[in-house]
Amino acid sequence: MLAKRIIPCLDVREGRVVKGTHFVNLVDAGDPVEAAARYDAEGADELVFLDITASSDRREIVTRMVRAVADRIFIPFTVGGGLRTMEDIQAILRAGADKVSLNTSAIDNPGLITEAARYFGSQCIVVAVDARRASPWDEGRPRWEVTTHGGRVRRPLEAVAWAAEAAERGAGEILLTSMDRDGTRAGYDNVLNRRVAERVGVPVIASGGCGALEHLADAFIEGRASAVLAASIFHFGNHTIAEARRYLRARGIPMRPA
Amino acid sequence: MAVEAETLIVDYGMGNLRSVEKALSAVGGRPRVSADPDAVRRAGRLILPGVGAFGDAMGNLGRTGMDEALREAARDGVPLLGLCLGLQLLFTHSEEFGSHLGLGLIPGKVRAFRAPGLRVPHIGWNQVEDLRPDHLFRGIAGGSYFYFVHSLYVEPDRGEHVLARTTYGHAFCSVAGRDNVRGAQFHPEKSQDNGKRLLENFLAL
Repeated sequence: MLAKRIIPCLDVREGRVVKGTHFVNLVDAGDPVEAAARYDAEGADELVFLDITASSDRREIVTRMVRAVADRIFIPFTVGGGLRTMEDIQAILRAGADKVSLNTSAIDNPGLITEAARYFGSQCIVVAVDARRASPWDEGRPRWEVTTHGGRVRRPLEAVAWAAEAAERGAGEILLTSMDRDGTRAGYDNVLNRRVAERVGVPVIASGGCGALEHLADAFIEGRASAVLAASIFHFGNHTIAEARRYLRARGIPMRPA
Repeated sequence: MAVEAETLIVDYGMGNLRSVEKALSAVGGRPRVSADPDAVRRAGRLILPGVGAFGDAMGNLGRTGMDEALREAARDGVPLLGLCLGLQLLFTHSEEFGSHLGLGLIPGKVRAFRAPGLRVPHIGWNQVEDLRPDHLFRGIAGGSYFYFVHSLYVEPDRGEHVLARTTYGHAFCSVAGRDNVRGAQFHPEKSQDNGKRLLENFLAL
């Protein structure tokens, strides 16, 4: 049976992990390769690197990091952040990433999804949707708007419809982040997750708000997600991947043995 | 043929060769990546990786003469392992984006997942079951998990060419083989220890 996936997410800047991971025994906690190797050994199903490098030689820095990670880990990983052109995507995939995640560039130029999916294959094109509930907060008929730049910029797009368009254009997965929940540790927005999962035919990765093991289960059961993205719950040593896996298996969710 | 059989990874412009190369090195292989059909004819062992579209892949293989080189090597008994799209290319034809002819090394076709309610692509870790006795599976238990990411699957004409099955909506052939030609739908290079074991077994063929 296809297992549900647990995907730790690492934020990187200038080739270094930011926010830091709190693994014990890491020689260098800011080294993305060490953090990735540790997650690989712990049984993460995949990894996501979100790059927020701002410098002009960004592509070179990120490519170098991707190559170093690809040489060390034997699970799939995705790289997102600042990829704007077919050449950007190609550089990351050639360096050894399995997938790229497109966000702002896909909104600015939806044709990029189509072109990239056609050329590189849908399986390596993830479209990230950062969604925020549109006010007024109405539990009866909630709506979500698409945001970019860490939630600072609102886009004139309705998030569920945009996720559906991205999938129709060839995105192989939707990485769906609730900007209302991101950083709150209050749990995923499973109304949003479910709405998108029921609308698109591709897997949905739930993101934003995970603070406890039961939140992971909720995203699969209530949110109908195929995978969960989590950062702080694992980085800060609150829980290990193995613990999460045991917990989820006990809740009846299919997990790969670690 | 070299005394110590070299493993050649066929480069035809489709996909992530670096991961395959690294995984083979990790299990003691000495892989070489090449886009030269003559090198394919001389290789002791061949890996045909690849992700992307079937039609583009066959186009690339045909333009470079790689298709004929692969057929010759297969005929000569050289162990050949197709991975993901590389498995699909071994078959007679595909129905992806129209109809395309494949290498025709294993009779059968490539079909799209189309069950209602089934999310496509099939992405993630799934179990490989009903393993037939084959050196490729030495030390690998039925039910082991491997990493998949694909929208199409192969359907061999003959049951004897199905070496293993996986269930996604329905059972499909996840490892196929005919004599010295084999292929896996999953990515052993992304499947941690199980994947490494399978590649190690291939190197021992």
